[in-house]
Amino acid sequence: MTSLPLTAVQAGDRPTFQIDGHDVPFDDGQSILTAALAAGTFIPYLCFHPEFTAHGSCKLCTVKVNGRHQASCTTPAHAGDVVESNTAELNDERKTIVQFLFTEGNHFCPSCEASGSCTLQAVAYELGMTTPHFSPLFPDRPVDASHPDVLIDFNRCILCELCVRASAIVDRKSVFSLAGRGITKHLVVNAESGNLADTDLSVEDAAMGVCPVGAILRKRRGFKTPIGERKYDHHPIHEVAVTRQGGG
Amino acid sequence: MKLNLSAILARHHGDSARLVQILRDVQAVEGYVSPAVVTEIARGLGVPRGRVEGVVGFYSFIESEPRGRFRVLFSDNVTDEMAGGHELRARMLDAFRLELGEVSRDGLVSIGATSCTGLCDQGPAMLVNGRAIGRLTPARIGAISSLIRGGSPVEDWPDNLFTINSHVERRDALLSTPLEPGDAIDAAIARGAAATVEEVARSGLRGRGGAGYSTGAKWAACASASGPERYIVCNADEGEPGTFKDRELLAHHADLVIEGMTVAGFAVGASVGLIYLRAEYPFLVAPLLAVLEERRGRRLLGRDVCGAHGFDFDIELHVGAGAYVCGEESALIESLEGKRGVPRNRPPYPVTHGYKQKPTVVNNVETLAAAALVAKHGADFLRARGTAKSRGTKILSVSGDVARPGVYEYPFGVTVRQVLADAGATDTQAVQVGGPSGTLLAASELDRRIAFEDVPSAGAFMVFDGTRDMLAVVESFTRFFAHESCGFCTPCRVGTTICAQTMKRIVAGQGTRRDVKDLARVSQVMKATSHCGLGATAGNPALDALAKFRPSFDKRLRSLDVLPTFDLDEALAAGREATARDDAGSHLDQEET
Repeated sequence: MTSLPLTAVQAGDRPTFQIDGHDVPFDDGQSILTAALAAGTFIPYLCFHPEFTAHGSCKLCTVKVNGRHQASCTTPAHAGDVVESNTAELNDERKTIVQFLFTEGNHFCPSCEASGSCTLQAVAYELGMTTPHFSPLFPDRPVDASHPDVLIDFNRCILCELCVRASAIVDRKSVFSLAGRGITKHLVVNAESGNLADTDLSVEDAAMGVCPVGAILRKRRGFKTPIGERKYDHHPIHEVAVTRQGGG
Repeated sequence: MKLNLSAILARHHGDSARLVQILRDVQAVEGYVSPAVVTEIARGLGVPRGRVEGVVGFYSFIESEPRGRFRVLFSDNVTDEMAGGHELRARMLDAFRLELGEVSRDGLVSIGATSCTGLCDQGPAMLVNGRAIGRLTPARIGAISSLIRGGSPVEDWPDNLFTINSHVERRDALLSTPLEPGDAIDAAIARGAAATVEEVARSGLRGRGGAGYSTGAKWAACASASGPERYIVCNADEGEPGTFKDRELLAHHADLVIEGMTVAGFAVGASVGLIYLRAEYPFLVAPLLAVLEERRGRRLLGRDVCGAHGFDFDIELHVGAGAYVCGEESALIESLEGKRGVPRNRPPYPVTHGYKQKPTVVNNVETLAAAALVAKHGADFLRARGTAKSRGTKILSVSGDVARPGVYEYPFGVTVRQVLADAGATDTQAVQVGGPSGTLLAASELDRRIAFEDVPSAGAFMVFDGTRDMLAVVESFTRFFAHESCGFCTPCRVGTTICAQTMKRIVAGQGTRRDVKDLARVSQVMKATSHCGLGATAGNPALDALAKFRPSFDKRLRSLDVLPTFDLDEALAAGREATARDDAGSHLDQEET
């Protein structure tokens, strides 16, 4: 969670706000999160994706803006804001939120195809989570293997709605939606049978590439990238995320 | 009756924004919305099927599976429970040999539970096929069971079952000042739109739904937002457990409330008003529609209202479908648009981007009633009463351990002690002000005042005497929040469930010190990081109880730091039975494991 030094992005006349004591420049309309990432400052997140409107549901990117808790992805940056992010208090709250997600779903990293490239796992490491802490809820969520090319393991879904948004906005298919409420909220596919095979999802869809965990998987590709060569195997997420997002 | 879906869709102009109303209509005919009908509705509205399925699954009163021909739902508020609701429920389940939530094999009846139905002054209460029945007793349960067995439609049941009593125990300025329909509108027109907004601002009127935002500021922001189309929404989704004062206002002062909406419409330049009525109040639908119709007849609604050329304003009634979160103004707007009632990200706020993304004022029922009187009598009507930061009066819904439950109106600043004395409370142990999301007060705090600067209240005032188990009260509240969380954000979705499970363990005597620590931790994280007020306040009952009733917790805890989540000794029961043993060696003493 260290912040990279600000260099090239420190433009002269752009307005700035402060994160943890250093200045972050921003453009009008930018959120605290996007401005921070562009400036090389990592704030953990799960449901945010630079190509979509901020969602604000995972709450992992919560920071304190002028002393008040706010989701940094949905809070517009204002000149002179004083933002706290990398503090013991906030990281502890974020760790609890990640523990909530591990408690809610069925996440067994050692047997998961996404292990090593999973954002949930990466933020858990980042925040120093060693156990889910709370009694697991062990929900009953059958796997959908009906589609010839795609497998959905609902056990791993963290309800970030990235696939929902990608399918609706980019693919214009609305293959995925959310149903239920509260702790019974769950991902559904756009078919009366409830089976993915009866939707028009194809492996080329944008919705196939946005899942931050191992819930939506392409068949016959398992472990093509060996353990040890995966996204977060050599660099923690605070380095990977700012390198990719910030273009640094 | 056979389902004629195309007629229902046509009645709602094939408008997907009417989806919740469409689903209510389908359910009224079929008793549930089947997967095949979901597909047909989606096709008819031209929306993805998943969107319809998502809405069906969001609302408690829209069923996706067949329920009994008679759908019985017992109100699960703590005041219903205190009045014997759980015993009556058990009695009825027993009579039909059913488990909670189960449908009888012949499909005749299902018996379940639902969040507070707003009859706390006359509980225990239930809904049968959506119709409210209060004052349940063993005799009434017996009569209802017989009617169900006889199979006669609910519409043919004796009227006295469905009587909703009115208990107004104390009136102050708002409930005792008569207003001739049209007078406040005339006064607003005479004063002018901008001056009306200014008058409401000067009155110090603050939102009565709990948040306490300045009504004048809200109206001013909406009036100055760009675009020609604006909306006035009356928030009658009175879902906070223990609150029923809006029920009283809408039942007996509907003209005043609608007058307030019309004044607001004139002041901000809106031509459409929407009343969002909670589904638990079906008995208010016909009377409200009648009042609206009567006002149309008197030119108090429609074109050129009160003769003011160019002031067109009419009001539509929208009925909810069982979701407490829709009391949050942006969730309410989502629901009005036929979507899942998930609170929006803010900014932008409804005053600039509300219903259909147009500038919208959402005001509570009581706020609108007060605004009507301000329009008629001027800002001093409120300024003359209450406290510096809480002008005017507050209507409280008093229930629980009091001799005279009902609606009480006081100037802001009244002490809790005064309310208790007036309502005939004795041996008061605690008062939950503002409902589960509000403040739990201990007996040492009775001199505190109902006002935004001390103890704010959306209206609930539930009283618990010395015989009540406060941990069971808190458990009931945590169960409520877990049931009503919309599930959008992680902290509330998971946190409310963890809190409910933890409180259940503690009340059952299976709690540990670690559970208490977890309860505080989870409540604090929900408070800090949740998306809306539901999650932000869901931890209040536990945090208040831990601060004020800690000995009650400690008495219940096992002395261990960690306890298995199941009863070890109980788990050996089958082994003991198989081996016919019951000696000391066949038992596990958990204190020593």
